[in-house]
Amino acid sequence: MKTLDRKLLRDLWKMKGQALAIALVIASGVATYVLLISTMNSLTQTRERFYQEYAFADVFGSLKRAPEGLRTRISEIPGVAQVETRVSAEVKLQVTGFPEPVTARIVSVPDFGSPLLNRPYLRRGRMVAPWRDDEAVVSEAFAEAHRLGPGDAIGAVINGRWKKLRIVGIALSPEFVLQVRPGALSPDYKRYAILWMGRHGLGVANNMDGAFNDLSLTLTAGAHPDDVITRLDAILAKYGGLGAYARKDQMSHRFLTEEFRQLQRSADIFPAIFIGVAAFLLNVVVTRTISTQRDQIAVIKAFGYHNWDIGLHYMKLVALIVILGIAAGLGIGAWLGRGLGNIYMEFYRFPYLNYEVQPSVAAKSAAINLLAALSGALLAVRRAVNLPPAEAMRPEPPAEFKKTFMERLVPQRILSQPTRIIMRNIERRPVKALLSVIGISMACAIMVAGRFSKDAVDYMVEIQFRQTQREDMTVTFVEPTSRKAVYEMKRVPGVEHAEVFRSVPVVMRFGHRSYRTSIRGVEPGAGLHLLLNEQLRVITPPRGGILLTDYFRTILGVHPGDLLTVEALEGNRPVLQVPVAGMINQFIGLMGYMDLDALNRLMKEGSAISGVYIAVDSLRRPEIYRRLVEMPRVAGTLVREDEIRNFYETQAEALLFFTMVATVLAATIAFGVVYNSARIALSERGRELASLRVLGYTRGEISYIFMGELGFLTLAAIPVGFLVGKGISVYIAKALESDLYRVPVMIDSWTYSFAAAVVALSACISGLIVRHRLDHLDLVAVLKTRE
Amino acid sequence: MGREAGGALNTKKVFQAQGLTKVYTMGAVQVHALRGVDLDLYEGELVVLLGPSGSGKSTLLNILGGLDTATAGEVTYRDHNLTSAADNELTEYRRQHVGFVFQFYNLIPSLTARENVAVVTEIASTPMKPEDALAIVGLGDRLDHFPAQLSGGEQQRVAIARAIAKNPMVLLCDEPTGALDSATGVVVLEALERVNRELGTTTVIITHNADIAGMADRVIHLSNGLISDIRANETKKAPHELHW
Ligand SMILES: Nc1ncnc2c1ncn2[C@@H]1O[C@H](COP(=O)(O)OP(=O)(O)O)[C@@H](O)[C@H]1O
Ligand SMILES: [Mg+2]
Repeated sequence: MKTLDRKLLRDLWKMKGQALAIALVIASGVATYVLLISTMNSLTQTRERFYQEYAFADVFGSLKRAPEGLRTRISEIPGVAQVETRVSAEVKLQVTGFPEPVTARIVSVPDFGSPLLNRPYLRRGRMVAPWRDDEAVVSEAFAEAHRLGPGDAIGAVINGRWKKLRIVGIALSPEFVLQVRPGALSPDYKRYAILWMGRHGLGVANNMDGAFNDLSLTLTAGAHPDDVITRLDAILAKYGGLGAYARKDQMSHRFLTEEFRQLQRSADIFPAIFIGVAAFLLNVVVTRTISTQRDQIAVIKAFGYHNWDIGLHYMKLVALIVILGIAAGLGIGAWLGRGLGNIYMEFYRFPYLNYEVQPSVAAKSAAINLLAALSGALLAVRRAVNLPPAEAMRPEPPAEFKKTFMERLVPQRILSQPTRIIMRNIERRPVKALLSVIGISMACAIMVAGRFSKDAVDYMVEIQFRQTQREDMTVTFVEPTSRKAVYEMKRVPGVEHAEVFRSVPVVMRFGHRSYRTSIRGVEPGAGLHLLLNEQLRVITPPRGGILLTDYFRTILGVHPGDLLTVEALEGNRPVLQVPVAGMINQFIGLMGYMDLDALNRLMKEGSAISGVYIAVDSLRRPEIYRRLVEMPRVAGTLVREDEIRNFYETQAEALLFFTMVATVLAATIAFGVVYNSARIALSERGRELASLRVLGYTRGEISYIFMGELGFLTLAAIPVGFLVGKGISVYIAKALESDLYRVPVMIDSWTYSFAAAVVALSACISGLIVRHRLDHLDLVAVLKTRE
Repeated sequence: MGREAGGALNTKKVFQAQGLTKVYTMGAVQVHALRGVDLDLYEGELVVLLGPSGSGKSTLLNILGGLDTATAGEVTYRDHNLTSAADNELTEYRRQHVGFVFQFYNLIPSLTARENVAVVTEIASTPMKPEDALAIVGLGDRLDHFPAQLSGGEQQRVAIARAIAKNPMVLLCDEPTGALDSATGVVVLEALERVNRELGTTTVIITHNADIAGMADRVIHLSNGLISDIRANETKKAPHELHW
């Protein structure tokens, strides 16, 4: 080993505390990046493989009913490769020992051979036998939730008729990787299932023998989904088509894509913060190291070492720290990634997860970190390298001090001498003080941004589920029904209040933009299902207009006063012009709201309703559930409490994971910045502080001078961190908003307090470690050594 | 390398300086550290550079050693023109030809005595072994001591070993005894004298201590940036004969 390299290792050992603190920050950045990107890539690749091997379709459509013969016409649409027709039905299930309402989507599979598209992956058991109408394959998540397996039986109400189904297999499907009920925001494995049944049996039960009500198709290479969809919609319109959509709008696929987008977005932000902080710390530490080694550099140069030898020497020092950090970060990132992958696998149902840290991800992260860190250090090293050796031999000139700005503002006698020293020190190096503040504030920001999604969820639940949707249950009917059905509901013992609604699937058009959704007709004076305007005040749809979710401004570009074109996809499919009367606040989904009578009139359908909101006596729930299952016209029941619980339960684990990671990372940054600042301050000012001790200042007093500065910087950093954290949250929320959901940026005061506490605590701990050294300053030695 | 006794000089010139001027500009103030120095140094001689503090001794030595450049005038080392040399060439010149000894030793604290010497021998073309260099200065038994474990005199002798270990043509010493008591100073000077005598290295020793001048072949007086006197010693004293 070269002698200079030996020096390097010994120098590194001497500054191991600082080196470790920096390596930790780098490790955090690398780990975060690897964690997020590797999880995302692994999930994406797994998804792609699953899609490919199990023939996930490109375009999907559903309709009321069409003869099987239509298939040929559809397959003749230019750009269509394969078409598969299916029978699909929403049914109620009865699971023994589970009295709550359960709904399921049943999808048909061919009686012979396997499906062309969206093939189920059979985990256990077998597919249904040909012509059997009492066998079903059940989705894995549901089966697990109820501990069901092949051989068990469940009850199903198919098209109003109760039927006992024998489970013959457990399966997964590319179509239902995330198994969410339409309209829900989170999966509910206990109350929503996917079932596969033979085409013949299911067809007969649903009056679809020789007909279909669902189809999916794949496209030829280069075909445009939009063109195909336009033609498909035209063909299906006559058969009650509900609007075809491309894979990108398929629910399960959408949810996955959104989640990946969030991972990507986080991967864009958080590692960059760590890299910035690490580069700053390296710059500070290398600057300090070099300034204490000025004379060593001079002597090495005097003996004929070249500038680049010196540069390389210090760059190696930096590289060692960085590589240590990167190695640790890769390890930690891969470990955490596996953990996160497993958490995701709880609700993303893939046959397997191919988790791996792609070498390119590791390489990219390593390269970016190394580059950033080296350039952070380079500035410091370059100054040292360019110092003429004769000059480097002389000690650095004493720093210039002035009376500070703050001192001139505040009368002299208020400030003690130590306080003045603190202020002069901060003002003497304003840039460094500022960078320290920014560094520490990043810790605080990470905490805030890391926990913001939890606060957002709380706020969404509060607004959406407690202030607007006050109904205990939403009961939907199989078909639009006469208003009289509400009396039937009210007669159920335990139902205290009922309000009706009509829901019509529509396509909304404004200008050249269109969006497929539904319009809900509600009655004036509703007390259960309320609408809030953008100021969160209760609002009722006027008779002559429609209220739209505020996000339609972005999606369609409509504003109150505009005339919206609404194309109903039900009944006689009227096309209407409706004035936009106002906007409503809604975080989940996109919808239109109209007065029930007005909607009925526009649909030319008399007084039809699609469902009922009910308030119930919670003690009588089991009985109500039983009655609802028995009512033939009831298609399904949504229970608000379940929705809220699901919402939290499905997110809880991931949320806890991210909060924990964010806390550790924030503490790392806070610790890294404060510890390094403290160590450097100690090395720069040890003599000064020791001199003060010799002059009779107490340990407490010099600790105050020393720690006061760091304390001041930390306190200044916390509010800055709040702002930056909120900024990051807004950025993430903005980037993620879509028609699926909009995340409100409402940060809880508890989150702010928690962030401040983590930062302050990390600062205190690192301060105390350094203070320990300060208390043991060897006065004589410090004064004797030459700086 | 032949040497004539009694202070008679070898006629081979190592350094030739003409009209060397050095002006430091510090804001509005100009400090004339050298005001036109003409000087020749010969092969194998031991020169003592005497003068009060601030007279320009270090400045002159630094220019001769290629650590600094002159504002005006010319200086050559054998056939190298140091005045017009680029930074890289000066580095190369220092690496191949010059050994330095500084007042405050300037050892690298994280390296042992042996390693401090090795730092230099590793980049030299015809070095001696670090152990041999340390033996010359009488520190053969202190090889693995760190600077903090050595006395001031020992540290300075390590610095001398480091300076001579590459077998330099010239040895430039800036107040090598300045931080030492006289007894220790004598030991250090003996080491320098021995190197000069046995290896024939042209040696320049800066001091503001006139007593040390006795060991020189020639004594050059500097005052206020100018050479005020050059005197050859009739008889050289051995360092142990010096007292201050
Ligand atoms: N880097 C510098 N900047 C400004 N003035 C300098 C610098 N180096 C030396 N001087 C000045 O030049 C003069 C000569 O200095 P120096 O050669 O160090 O003297 P000596 O070594 O004889 O004590 C002094 O007045 C000193 O203050
Ligand atoms: Mg001097």
